[in-house]
Amino acid sequence: MDDLAQVFAEEPFFSGFSDAQLRRLAGLARPEVYQNGRYLIRQNGSADRFMLITTGHVVLKAFVPQRGMVPLETLGPGDPLGWSWLAPPYKWHYDGRALERTEVIAFEAEGLRQAMEQDHELGYRLQKRMIEVIAHRLQAARLQSLDLYGNPAGDLP
Amino acid sequence: MSARPRDPMLPRSYRIESVESELPGGEVFSWTLRPRGGELEVGQPGQFNMLYQLGIGEVPISISALGEDGTLIHTIRDVGGVTRNMAALSAGEEIGVRGPFGTAWPVAAAEGHDVLLVAGGIGLAPLRPVIHHVLANRERYRRIFLLYGTRQPADILFRKELERWRGRFDIDVAVTVDRADASWRGDVGVVTRLIERGGFDPRNSIAMVCGPEVMMRFAVMSLERRGVPARQIYLSMERNMQCAVGYCGHCQYGGHFICKDGPVFPYDRLEPLFDVREL
Amino acid sequence: MQVIEREELDRLIGLLAGDGYEVIGPTLRDDAIQYGPVRGIEDLPAGWTDEQDGGHYRLRRRDDRALFGYVVGPQSWKQYLFPPSQTIFRARRDADGLHMEPAPVQAPKRAFLGMRACELHALAIQDQVFTEGPYVDEPYERRRGSIFRVAVNCGQAGGTCFCVSMETGPRADRGFDLALTEILEGGRHYFTLEVGSDAGQAVADRLSASQAGEDEHRASMAATEAAAAQMGRQLDTQDLPALLMGNLEHPRWDEVADRCLSCANCTMVCPTCFCSSVHDSADLAGSEAVRERVWDSCFNQAFSYIAGGSIRSTPVSRYRQWMTHKLATWHEQFGTSGCVGCGRCITWCPVGIDITEEAAAIRATDQRRKRRDG
Repeated sequence: MDDLAQVFAEEPFFSGFSDAQLRRLAGLARPEVYQNGRYLIRQNGSADRFMLITTGHVVLKAFVPQRGMVPLETLGPGDPLGWSWLAPPYKWHYDGRALERTEVIAFEAEGLRQAMEQDHELGYRLQKRMIEVIAHRLQAARLQSLDLYGNPAGDLP
Repeated sequence: MSARPRDPMLPRSYRIESVESELPGGEVFSWTLRPRGGELEVGQPGQFNMLYQLGIGEVPISISALGEDGTLIHTIRDVGGVTRNMAALSAGEEIGVRGPFGTAWPVAAAEGHDVLLVAGGIGLAPLRPVIHHVLANRERYRRIFLLYGTRQPADILFRKELERWRGRFDIDVAVTVDRADASWRGDVGVVTRLIERGGFDPRNSIAMVCGPEVMMRFAVMSLERRGVPARQIYLSMERNMQCAVGYCGHCQYGGHFICKDGPVFPYDRLEPLFDVREL
Repeated sequence: MQVIEREELDRLIGLLAGDGYEVIGPTLRDDAIQYGPVRGIEDLPAGWTDEQDGGHYRLRRRDDRALFGYVVGPQSWKQYLFPPSQTIFRARRDADGLHMEPAPVQAPKRAFLGMRACELHALAIQDQVFTEGPYVDEPYERRRGSIFRVAVNCGQAGGTCFCVSMETGPRADRGFDLALTEILEGGRHYFTLEVGSDAGQAVADRLSASQAGEDEHRASMAATEAAAAQMGRQLDTQDLPALLMGNLEHPRWDEVADRCLSCANCTMVCPTCFCSSVHDSADLAGSEAVRERVWDSCFNQAFSYIAGGSIRSTPVSRYRQWMTHKLATWHEQFGTSGCVGCGRCITWCPVGIDITEEAAAIRATDQRRKRRDG
């Protein structure tokens, strides 16, 4: 497990975490590998883990009737996958599918939530980091919705 | 030939040698232009020409490529008005060209550095000659990143070239779209997300950013967050331009004339003004 | 300094005309002092003065027969060097392709009689814009090269004048060929004459002039000192560019924009405003076209149009653009203020917006100080 703690100590996401905090997190973590096309998470599935992508890419998709699976955002190395594990009802809102062979560090969510409750220092640090992630993603989503590249003259015939 | 510099207000005749539709429906098209008589006025990547259509009007368009054997390529988007009329011209017709005008991308200053080219939408066109230049002089640069965001997969410009660059081992090409359908296998998300992936040495990088102003604002924030200093970030600005030489006053941005002090500026010169609305 | 009597001014006009100059000077037209051809002193507005204030201009009778007893009217000399409309080129299409020919430049020899000190400064400012950058506006340069400048120093100030604040007057110190100061004293009507160039000297040599005596010299200096003491407005220029650029979001811009009609009068009467637009038009067959360059104004909404809309869509941003350009960014661009303190923009504003008052209001409520202290 110390090996794993070493692996994610090098992840920017965990910079600033103490050794003790990293060891505690390592106790809840395991590496997972997904082949191209495999789902990491499924819409409405239980948000039972938190994942940090170390290699590969994952696309988040929403199912829209008549349009099928609409891709929303692509995540890559260093990106955390999902925050539904942080807030009730702890269910995934979208599908997450590997676009290539993808490796992640997966943390068991229930244990993570308990650890955050018991150790508020750890909880605060993790929440703070997740807030940054969520804020960036929200800003990015707003930017996406502005349709910046549309033709200023409007849609052409 | 007289020694007197050419009248900057008088266009020269250029023949449209070919017209290429860059996007389905011809919303964006490229002209290969050749001067009728005389030499091509060779521009630098980042500079622009004023393209004139008889009796219709004139538009500033950045150089999209320096073609082979003395031709010039401009990529134009039909945004109505003059460009709508230009979209209807065919190969063999002639237009007027004044230029090149303005400042260039810092391709020389970027030597020995990582090069980050961040493009949004049609903003890929003014950066294309930079890509040609750095790839033709590949040994002078360290890592090269092309980060390109556009609206949707159908709007990806220069698709064949992008695929060719993507196939090279000495340039990192990432393309992302704001929205896609189920058939798209590439990245979805804004171009700033590609910046956040990193992979470059921020202190030792020169970033060149071209796209809508809002996109550039967010790109600058992401680059600065990654540690790229403001003076190493270059933007290409857009304002109304009519004379291109600083007489007509339209393109003023604070104390800058975009036409002669720009269009390419290091961000530290724009920073005090960049968040002021309607400037 | 020399002295010429009133009648000798008539000879000066004649001499200049004889040298091939079209003499242009102040004349009375449409209830205003306007520039026009002058054949002799009888064409000058003798015995008239003007009353000016924000949005206010009236001619009044003087109780003397002074020839230059008023300040500046709605026009400036720029109309002769940077005409309101000029053809840039003509284009035609034939079987060979597209052909573009520059329009012939009209650069008549003109003598400007009655240029005020502020106007000489305005001329120098426009010279910088059109001839001292990386490109030279050749038609301007040619017209500019064909003029003879007869300055007339101001013996009184108008209600909207503030050249003292801008250090551009009231006495012309350079930039003229000849400079006159009008004196009416004890029944005598004469001018002191100063020479500012070789061309001026060549003309002065042919005039019947005498060396100024001590009294005449003193009277000449006293005339401009009196004008300096009478300024209708003043503008504190201390640190003005930084003040304005540090207050781009000041609420005062909203207040002034509530009054501003975006009529562009201020820019049309301004002797330094240089903005223009090009207009292209073609004949019905589409084979011949002409491009014209016409005065434009940053107060017009279309001025900042780029595909999709105007950058400065509100009067707030347009007034701010005009005033910050004049008083702040002009320094960055050309090393001087863009304002010469002539007061025309105040007088000819239909709602009497006053650039000096706006600058003072921002200074009084400097938001930078508030930010620093707050």
